[in-house]
Amino acid sequence: MNGLVALVSGFLFALGLGISGMTRPHIVRGFLDVFGSWDWRLIGVMGGAIGIHAITYRLILKRSSPILGPKFQLPTKKDIDMRLIIGSMLFGLGWGWAGICPGPGLVSVVSGNFSFLYFVGAMLVGMKMFQIFEQKFLNKKVRGIYE
Amino acid sequence: MNQIMGGVIIGIAATIMLLFSGRVTGISGILGGLLNPKTQDKSWRLFFVVGLLFGGVTLKLLRPDFFTVISSASPMDYLIAGFLVGFGTLLGNGCTSGHGVCGISRLSPRSILATVTFISAGIISVILFKFIRGEL
Repeated sequence: MNGLVALVSGFLFALGLGISGMTRPHIVRGFLDVFGSWDWRLIGVMGGAIGIHAITYRLILKRSSPILGPKFQLPTKKDIDMRLIIGSMLFGLGWGWAGICPGPGLVSVVSGNFSFLYFVGAMLVGMKMFQIFEQKFLNKKVRGIYE
Repeated sequence: MNQIMGGVIIGIAATIMLLFSGRVTGISGILGGLLNPKTQDKSWRLFFVVGLLFGGVTLKLLRPDFFTVISSASPMDYLIAGFLVGFGTLLGNGCTSGHGVCGISRLSPRSILATVTFISAGIISVILFKFIRGEL
């Protein structure tokens, strides 16, 4: 059943990304081009998504558990560290450069447009490289430097 | 094209995941988990990605114009950007969906800071891109 939930959620998520314009890199880059010809329309995506989810999140957490599982699995990290800042900076640089973030990239690989294929291929390599890097350098030994 | 309607659908997708499975809909985290051999719960992650791809196929059939790319970026630009996005989202524990939508909805200080940081970096990146190309 959790598989079906994930399937439906992923399907709807993809439709939302497409309808809102997130799968068109020039619209995303136009949104980030605040000092140029700023296209502010994507504010509506965040507004719509957060507007809905901020309310439903509070209602759902009144329950003691999700419908299909024993407990909620929410992120537990609370610390503000260099990992969070540097990671978000690198992500933002790549996001602005291509106008694509992970969700829209994945949704768009099926479009057959090579721009998305290059992007997603490199993104998966970047993720794998991070996991190797994390295992070698971030786990325990030199944690103090990064966190 | 309707930004608010698209956003609402994304909010509903995140709501379904939280209400039924108790999980956060963070796409980079879901993908990172699939790539990590140590991850135990791979099946729901795979179903989510299949759902995303299925949604992509549906959109392609109904509205192929949703995937129009208007950009002077080269394949090399997409390779570099993709690498930064993959590495950065796992280092920073989230992207536009996990931090930007789910995290801000929870009013998580980490996610608010992450979102401000990646939007700022995105703004700088667009300026740099235009500067290098002489479009500024």
